[in-house]
Order: sequence, then structure tokens, then C-alpha cells
Amino acid sequence: MLKIENLHATVADKPILKGLSLSINAGEIHAIMGPNGAGKSTLSYVLGGRPGYEVTEGSATFAKENGEAQDLLDMDPHERAAAGLFLGFQYPVEIPGVSNVQFLRESLNAQRKARGLEPLSGGDFLKLAREKAGLLKMDMDMLKRPVNVGFSGGEKKRNEMVQMGILDPRLAILDETDSGLDIDALRIVGDGINSIMRRPDKAVLLITHYQRLLDYVQPDLVHVLAAGRIVKSGGPELALELEREGYAEIAA
Amino acid sequence: MTARPTRRDEAWRYSDIDAVTAAWPLPAPESIVVPAGGDFRRAIVQDEGDIRQIELVLGKGAAASLHILNIGGAYGRIELAVTLHEGADFHLGAAQIGGGEQNLEIVTTVTHAEPGATSRQVVRSVLGGTATGTYLGKVAVARDAQQTDSEQDVKAMLLGRSATANAKPELEIFADDVKCAHGCAIGELDAMALYYLQSRGLPPAEAKKILLQAFVAGVFDGAEDEEHLQALALTKLGELV
Repeated sequence: MLKIENLHATVADKPILKGLSLSINAGEIHAIMGPNGAGKSTLSYVLGGRPGYEVTEGSATFAKENGEAQDLLDMDPHERAAAGLFLGFQYPVEIPGVSNVQFLRESLNAQRKARGLEPLSGGDFLKLAREKAGLLKMDMDMLKRPVNVGFSGGEKKRNEMVQMGILDPRLAILDETDSGLDIDALRIVGDGINSIMRRPDKAVLLITHYQRLLDYVQPDLVHVLAAGRIVKSGGPELALELEREGYAEIAA
Repeated sequence: MTARPTRRDEAWRYSDIDAVTAAWPLPAPESIVVPAGGDFRRAIVQDEGDIRQIELVLGKGAAASLHILNIGGAYGRIELAVTLHEGADFHLGAAQIGGGEQNLEIVTTVTHAEPGATSRQVVRSVLGGTATGTYLGKVAVARDAQQTDSEQDVKAMLLGRSATANAKPELEIFADDVKCAHGCAIGELDAMALYYLQSRGLPPAEAKKILLQAFVAGVFDGAEDEEHLQALALTKLGELV
């Protein structure tokens, strides 16, 4: 579904990704772990099309629903979203004056329009939003409040997952969605990821520092990212090994 | 009749002097007197280019709430001269939204002539192209006007580097027991917020429109005909993004 080949990227002219290759098939969940500064967040922003993250070499393709490959890097951020990509932010942005409900309804309908579908009515949207908020145990009143304003760190992350549930992407890249969560919230978020994304036609790339999230969301493959490249890949046991022995030992 | 203003006059410094000259001499200002204890509300939409002057006098304990949407024509100027008597309350909520080469101005003088009056002005400008938006706001507090409570909250959003915003809150205070707050900020759309909205599927123009709508929305809270003003503002914002 996602195929990254020899990806090089710079931020403010500083090389961060240095030849990263990774392939994720439909139905799979991959985890990327790695030390601070390895390029994990840069990878998520490059795939999400954030301005200022320049690809200098390599490619990334994202398969359409019919399997046909399309150049992900050639698309604008909103086109990537409409194509089925969702980026879970490490630091979700606060937007005063814009309610979650308005923002999400307009976002979903913009995606539907790009796919040639009719917009969802207000009633149908609220029903969907209520269902997904319930799944993440988030109070519906919070969805009526301005986007992330006054939310705690954990609430912001849960809100990201509610958004993911509503937008229903085919590929989710979740950048440290587990950081800032307490033990109960971690389980709720883990269950949310499983119920929204664990399907034969979907895939997830989890970027995380800790093995704990992987207890709830079992990855098919674990990769170690260091100095801008994948230096090691393995099964779920690799995460346990990393937890035990540290990156220095494994990545060496 | 006073002399035709030039750029040297502080109150006309950023004006479209050619347009002012063409309109000179101006008709007498509209005069509104709200009697003691009265309540006055009005929404003003300036949408075709005009210089409008209003003198508003609030009697003892009177209240006035004015909402202004300044959006139209090559040059649109709205001037308010407000005099507050004891315990009167004046509220202004204004938005000016301009693109192209538009020049839009709101110029206010609020005089607290007697004790215990309150005034609150909230002004938001959104400017694209090479447009200019100006707010000049003077609050004058007379020697007797103790317990005056006045606030000016002025913000402008520039959509490009060639647009201009001028903001000049000005205080002239002769009493010693007053509260006069003024805040002023000029900025541009937050790049991270724009990216966040686009990452969820909103095309760039829609994302900008949502952020700008949020930026101006508050000024029309409680306005006469609030929905109409919001709708007009939204349409105008849609033309700018």
C-alpha cells in the first residue's frame, strides 16, 4: 500500500532522512522506533506533505483503492488526505474559534467531494461523530468546543483518534500518539486504533518510543530508524529486545 | 466648513486623499442622541465606498451597541465621535475586510465626559492584495470622569506581504481613577494551523477561510442582524483567499 524507496529529505537544508526504504502492505501494522533525532517525525511530515520538508531524492508511492500506484510526494496535503492518508500529530494544533464539529464535517465533506461522493448531512455527520467519540470514550461536548483548545495532552491525542475514526483513512501514520497518555488512556487509544484500522484493506505506521503501545496494537513488523535510515527490521520481539537493551546496542 | 484634510492631518494620514478630495465638502455628520436610560443598536454595512461620519451622544445611563462591517468600494471610511455621559455604556464591534487596492478606515473618538461610563471597542481587519486597513481610536477621559472603564481590542491579519494594516489606539486621560486597556496585534495566518486543517482534507482556500472566519466571528456577537453580517463577512473573505 505504501512503498518508500531510498528517501532523502532535508529540513532547513539539513539532511535528516538519508536513504530510507520501507514497504507496507494492506492489512499490516508496522512500528518504527528509534532514538531522538533519528528522523521519525520528519518521516511522518514528509509523507504528510508539510511545507518546509524537502524531498531531495527517492520516492514514495501510495496505492489507490484499485491497487494502482500513485506518487504520494507529488500531491498537496489535502489531496493526500482525500486519497486516504491520515497523519496523527505528535503535537495536535489548537485552533481557537473553530469547533471540532465544524472542522471535521467540512474536512470529511471536502474529502468526499474529492472522491465524487455527496456531502454528509448534518444529522448523519453528528451520528458518525457521536459513534467515534464514544469509541474513544470522549465526551461529545468536547467535540463542540474549539479544536484542541484547553484540551489536556491526553485529550488531544484521543481527539486525533476520534478524527481518524470519522475520516476513516486507508493508511494512518501515527506520530507518537502514545506519548502523553496515562495507562487507561493508552488502552483506550490502542483499542481505538485496532477497531478503526485493523482491517484487511487498511494499514498503519506507528511511530513510538515505547514498547507499551505495542502490547495493545500488535505490530506485524518493527523497524529501527537511526540517523535517517532503517537499520534493522524484525517481528514484534524486536521491540521487546530494544526495550531491554536500548538502541545503542541494537542499532550498532 | 473645515478645511479639506491633507496627509499631514493625523486623522487622515493613511487615507485615500484623492477620494477624500472628490467627496469634499462632506455632508454634515449624522447626529444620534440616545436619551438618558435609552438603548440604541445599529448595524452598519459599508459596501460601496463612502465616507460616513456619525456623532453619537449617550445620555446618563444610556447604552449603545454599534456593529460595523467595512468591506466595499475603493475607499471606505467610517468615523465615530462618541460622547458618554454618566454611567453610559458604548460597545463597538467592527470588522474591515479588504483586498485589491482597497483602503478601509475606522476612526473613533470616544469621550468619557462624566464619571462611571464604560466603552469597549473590538476591531478586526483582514487585508489581502495591496489593501490598507486603518484603525485610529482615541479615548479621551475628562477630569471629572472617574471610574471610567474603557477597552480597545484591535487585531489585523495580513494575507500577503504587500497588504498594510495601521492601528493607533490613543489615550488622553485627565482623571486619575480610570481603567483604560488597549491591545493591538498585527499578524498573519498560523502556518501550522493551516497545515493541520489541510492534512485533514481541506483545500488551502477552505482552510484559510475557516481560520479567517474564526478571526472575525466574535465581533458580531449579539449584533442586530448577526447572521446577515456573518454571512456578508464570510462571502467577502471567500473572495480574498
